[in-house]
Amino acid sequence: MSLLTLLFGEKKKTASVAKERLQLIIAREHGSAARGIDFLPALQRELIEVITKYVPVNPDDIKVQLEKQDNYEVLEVNIVLPEQRN
Amino acid sequence: MTRVVVITSGKGGVGKTTTSAAFASGLALRGFKTAVIDFDVGLRNLDLIMGCERRVVYDFVNVINGEARLNQALIKDKNCENLFVLPASQTRDKDALTEEGVEKVIKELEHLGFDYVVCDSPAGIERGAVMALTFADEAIVTTTPEVSSVRDSDRILGILQSKSRRAAEGREPVKEHLLLTRYSPKRVDEGEMLSYKDVQELLRVPLIGVIPESESVLHASNQGTPAIHLKGTDVSEAYTDVVARFLGEDRPLRFVNYDKPGLIKRLFGGK
Repeated sequence: MSLLTLLFGEKKKTASVAKERLQLIIAREHGSAARGIDFLPALQRELIEVITKYVPVNPDDIKVQLEKQDNYEVLEVNIVLPEQRN
Repeated sequence: MTRVVVITSGKGGVGKTTTSAAFASGLALRGFKTAVIDFDVGLRNLDLIMGCERRVVYDFVNVINGEARLNQALIKDKNCENLFVLPASQTRDKDALTEEGVEKVIKELEHLGFDYVVCDSPAGIERGAVMALTFADEAIVTTTPEVSSVRDSDRILGILQSKSRRAAEGREPVKEHLLLTRYSPKRVDEGEMLSYKDVQELLRVPLIGVIPESESVLHASNQGTPAIHLKGTDVSEAYTDVVARFLGEDRPLRFVNYDKPGLIKRLFGGK
């Protein structure tokens, strides 16, 4: 086995896969715990209310996402405006 | 001063009861007057692991409800002079545990001069588990090197930090210890199992010990003898070390390194 794996390289050990997965999930769960409750659904609801006051958008066309990149978090709000009719 | 220690984990089947029995026995062997309480109301098992199941007359819930006095419900351990078991009720559910009731029992144990009260938590994060950790001064978070156990331990650490009395009253936080169980140095060596360093890095809690995966644990539970009493086994030695470290002694980690068998051993077999 050892000679073959030396020649053909080795599949990633499952323990290191486990560690990476846990690092991600624990960081994410700590993030939402630190902010108390998850505020994203409420934020999304209020954004929809405000935006539909001015532009007729479909509630499904507003996407709110929180992503973690290294040391900072990115709040991404994606709104698809309806096509303008002339 | 009585110290309350909770043995907790979130996940089931990781060795909370085995650890509670061994740890409480270890403290008693060191001369401390110790009580071990089963918080798993409805699914009691500590009595079986301690080998006192036939001597249960009254239980924790009887005492909480005032149907029995505490000293009627405490069962004297067969191996240790100064160890007492408070069994859980088998016929009620976890709602029978009230914060006032649990507090009353712990205060009374304090009154009786107990040095340590070990709380064997049920799995989960519901009432029973929360009641077990509410009054804790220290917590031993029992974890196996497996993803779901590690994640659940992380979750229970968060609950300790928010729901314990110490947290609610803004006192010094519960002292946390990480105990790794069912550890296989061979599998760690082969990259198939998270190492104790990995788990410690993930959970960021000081390590109090590593209990190797061992056949002795089943032998112990089969006989109703806490594993720490199985002299000469690695599990017994590992738990003895855990108790010593808990009491502030410095003991090097054992049973964490795998010695590859030599050529001769591989050719001619042997354990």
